[in-house]
Amino acid sequence: MSKLTPLHAAHLAAGARMVDFAGWDMPVNYGSQIEEHHQVRRSAGMFDVSHMLALDLEGADARRYLRGLLANDVAKLSLPGKAIYSCMLNPSGGVIDDLIVYFFADDRYRIVVNAGTADKDVAWMRDRIARTGANVTLEARRDLAMIAVQGPEARQRTWQALPGAQAATEALKPFQAAESDGLLIARTGYTGEDGFELTIPAARAEAVWNALAAAGVAPCGLGARDTLRLEAGMNLYGQDMDDDTSPLDAGLAWTVDFSDEARQFVGREPLETNGARRRLLGLVLDGKGVLRAHMKVETEHGEGETTSGTFSPSLEKAIAIARLPLAVAPGETVQVDIRGRKVPATTVKPPFVRNGKALV
Amino acid sequence: MSNIPAELKYTKSHEWIRVEADGSLTIGITDHAQEALGDIVFLELPEAERDVDAGEAVAVIESVKAASDIYAPVAGTVLAHNEAAIDAPESVNSDAYAAWLFKLRPADGADLGALLDAAGYQSEIADA
Repeated sequence: MSKLTPLHAAHLAAGARMVDFAGWDMPVNYGSQIEEHHQVRRSAGMFDVSHMLALDLEGADARRYLRGLLANDVAKLSLPGKAIYSCMLNPSGGVIDDLIVYFFADDRYRIVVNAGTADKDVAWMRDRIARTGANVTLEARRDLAMIAVQGPEARQRTWQALPGAQAATEALKPFQAAESDGLLIARTGYTGEDGFELTIPAARAEAVWNALAAAGVAPCGLGARDTLRLEAGMNLYGQDMDDDTSPLDAGLAWTVDFSDEARQFVGREPLETNGARRRLLGLVLDGKGVLRAHMKVETEHGEGETTSGTFSPSLEKAIAIARLPLAVAPGETVQVDIRGRKVPATTVKPPFVRNGKALV
Repeated sequence: MSNIPAELKYTKSHEWIRVEADGSLTIGITDHAQEALGDIVFLELPEAERDVDAGEAVAVIESVKAASDIYAPVAGTVLAHNEAAIDAPESVNSDAYAAWLFKLRPADGADLGALLDAAGYQSEIADA
């Protein structure tokens, strides 16, 4: 039996095509995935991301606990509402999950994790609490819904839809959040566009969704979410990295904070010992076809593999994220094996598209 | 509800076939198939004069989601493919029965009787 978000009925009413995603019955599109993609790049679209799990971490040891749990360092968070992106690593340095952690106070944080890994994450976090004896409580917030409103007009239209939201959130910089009328409104997202992610009491989710729709925000499915994040060069957990992937091999070195030498976060030692062994780069296909995950890539420096691939609606070309030998640089021509056909592609440094503009 | 024209023949793998007056076959994918595939972005179609077997994978349709093989409904020789569809793959989404993919001259003795009629295809996709 699939799990349903508080917006499930709204998706069905809007004529969504539903698919199973990590055990959740989710909209993949409401008609055309490509139109939804363009809607986000050109004006504003919204995604039900209530399948992701919000967790509240509270207690005197919260900060210390997170500094040991996460590869990024929450010590850099001092402004209430400020957030960072981080990987949570296993002792071998592989990625258990990637997540966003919001700081409210030294003893109070909100963590948002992926749907497919939520059970594994919570088990790991609870195990760490038990093992470290940290004085914290961890509460899973399945009473909340989440809506991502994304696009160049996303903030404006959110303000139109939610009275009072403008005053509370106008000054927010990227990766900052503020409360307004019982909602947590964060200037974050997963599309490469400006926008907000709204965390809403489940009972109010549909009313907020409908108010956004009335303000001209188009419902968008997981299909468009995937092409948007890929163009933005953002990793997808389970596809571009997983329990066996080092963040240093997945283009996520910028999220691993080694600066405090005394901070012994889980996975630090293997990362420092091994360093980066692969390089994550983008591919733009020069020949015909569409790139997909797990295609073999031949380079002058050895073989690699695509981890995600799609047709980019913004560039109207096939693009991919690939894990390649370290020596490969942007601007090189490589050969991708598309079902037995060798097709040339050019390596680029992601993102491919950001804030509506092609960067490659 | 999918559109399933009564005058066409169908396969279980979601191709439609129109038997032309000269006995040649025009082949595309059904409305049901295009809807399941989502936005179509790339077509790889067989070249004229290629001999194909019944059930052989002869074309590839790539949607934003995935790549799907298209099969020859019967043995025969490819007469032509639709250049206009290659240039505008989204035309398969907007009208799957107008945007044909390739034409085939059936081999001698090719068995057209095994193809489904509209009612047969309707019950095929209703079971799925």
